[in-house]
Amino acid sequence: MRNILLLALKSLRNRKFTVCLTIISIGLSVALLLGVERIRTESRNSFTNTISGADLVVGARSGPIQLLLYSVFRIGYATNNISWESYQEISAFQDVSWVIPISLGDSHRGYRVMGTERNYFNHFSYSSEQKLQFATGVPFNDLYEAVLGSEVARKLGYGLGKSIVLSHGAGEISLIEHDDKPFTVVGILSPTGTPVDQTIHVSLESIEAIHIGWQGGVPQAGARISADQVRRLKLKPTSITAFLIKLDSPIATFKVQRAINEYREEPLTAILPGVALQQLWQLIGIAENALMAVSAFVVVVGLFGMLTTLMTSLNERRREMAILRSVGARPAHVFSLIIGEAVLVTASGIAFGIILLYGLLLMAQPLLISHFGLHINISFFSSYELLLIGIILIAGVVAGLVPGWKIYRYSLNDGMTIKT
Amino acid sequence: MQDQTALKSTNSLSSNIGTEPVIDLTGLCFSYSEKASPILEIDRFQVHSGEMLFIMGPSGSGKSTLLSIITGILLPQQGEVKILGQSFSQLSGPARDRFRADNIGYIFQMFNLIPYLSVVENVILPCQFSSSRKKRTGNHSSSIRHEALRLLTHLNLQDPGLLSQPVVELSVGQQQRVAAARALIGHPKLVIADEPTSSLDTEHRESFLRLLFDECLKSGATLIFVSHDTTLASLFSRVIELKKINMAPGASGGGKT
Repeated sequence: MRNILLLALKSLRNRKFTVCLTIISIGLSVALLLGVERIRTESRNSFTNTISGADLVVGARSGPIQLLLYSVFRIGYATNNISWESYQEISAFQDVSWVIPISLGDSHRGYRVMGTERNYFNHFSYSSEQKLQFATGVPFNDLYEAVLGSEVARKLGYGLGKSIVLSHGAGEISLIEHDDKPFTVVGILSPTGTPVDQTIHVSLESIEAIHIGWQGGVPQAGARISADQVRRLKLKPTSITAFLIKLDSPIATFKVQRAINEYREEPLTAILPGVALQQLWQLIGIAENALMAVSAFVVVVGLFGMLTTLMTSLNERRREMAILRSVGARPAHVFSLIIGEAVLVTASGIAFGIILLYGLLLMAQPLLISHFGLHINISFFSSYELLLIGIILIAGVVAGLVPGWKIYRYSLNDGMTIKT
Repeated sequence: MQDQTALKSTNSLSSNIGTEPVIDLTGLCFSYSEKASPILEIDRFQVHSGEMLFIMGPSGSGKSTLLSIITGILLPQQGEVKILGQSFSQLSGPARDRFRADNIGYIFQMFNLIPYLSVVENVILPCQFSSSRKKRTGNHSSSIRHEALRLLTHLNLQDPGLLSQPVVELSVGQQQRVAAARALIGHPKLVIADEPTSSLDTEHRESFLRLLFDECLKSGATLIFVSHDTTLASLFSRVIELKKINMAPGASGGGKT
């Protein structure tokens, strides 16, 4: 059998050019299929890892997915705010262990600014119950202090003591800058692989401070109040975007959720992050499945390419088969020679595809995190991916059965008579 | 011409050595399908060990069919095929393939070589399919290679530059000699050559044949040479006209060549 594989290898080497093209096409299709699968699972992981610890997420009345996306993932915008009074009232509910307020709407060079309280750094957790860690510095304490996510600091090259100016709105280029009230970087968080890395954290009071004298999203003419004047005002927040709730016991989750959803003072929505994520997956699942189906078809096309290469070579190889028969090869040998070629081509294609995939992942990793906040782990294959690889290999063997069977028939019929 | 007669005398001498016939066909009848009339009907045909037999027949006379039967590719509907004392009717297809690998060296009319293998790899190919031929050449990859080179040298193919060439770039004559080396490696008892000289010019035909005779004599192989070219017949110890032994009525047409 080793001899036959060696023969198959030499025969493939003799047809380098077409064989290489076939291997490349199979490799590309394999890389595509595994890539789609990898992005799918990794993005799910990334999303799932983003929030842990909070039992409920509360925002102005909206769809659960939208609320989850803007509050936790910083994707999209809030439709409305929550009044400070409602926030405080709900925080005082029985069963509530802690709350973290979130106030969004400003940015710095494309990175979102989030107003919150100091307890955020104690309670917020990601991945499997991991707490935020400071790479350097301390939480914000003063009105004009900011804590940077690891990527913000790394990408913009900021260190402690750096003075930054926040912009109004969440776009990359903002027309209105809060340049009269610069912030000082006092802390930088360790990397988390979540949107936290792309966030600039300030206190709720800071958010109020930079918008003082503003009306309807623009500064009022002639109403500029200097940074120091603001400091003396002892500001209290008037509204926030959303907040996270941790309950004493998860048993109370539904009770509190209902209470918030039926809250009289203001239309609010409370969601269970896990449930909302599931709904998100269901929504995305359709597109994911379509992508997987397309990728699978591309693999099939790649294998058909190999089938075509093998089939077209058969006729010219009948002579070769007759010679092999004459030196004692059985039809089964001839059959396994072709199958061997199919296996070698498919396996090389898969190997090439895997190398390509990891190469692309290595290149895409920094791009995905900076553009989409999507952290991709470059890990070994999951069992599902190994299954996919196995299926592709088997499909390659099955594709080889067709020319294999044909050459087997030829070989039986031709015997040692050379047909051309 | 002197050489020829000398050769002939040694051949006829060796023809008497064998005790059991190398080929023994009895009551043979073969047709390609049940409805078709038989293409081959041979009452009795024997070849003895060490013989250099020339089988003469134009195309369509059933030559290729006869060779396919002798090599165990085809089984006759009737009659017995005994090669080296082994009855083929008792062997399965794979067993006949193995028997062929072990005992028969085969040379085609032309294009004998696997294009993607080197000269030496082509020569040692039978050793890949037959452990007994491998054993007879020493069982070691180095000794097999050594034997291949020895045979090639005997067949005047010792030039290293020639050996490293892709086989498709060799001349037809050189290719046929490589094929002869392949047929001879591992000392098969029977060497069958199916018109191996028809692609060669007259000059090379005789020298090729001489080399082939020489090597068959040395390894004690029986040679069956099939051709329609009668000019070579005089070199052989025995000449048979196929149509003389083939009684099939439909033999003159429709057969494979």
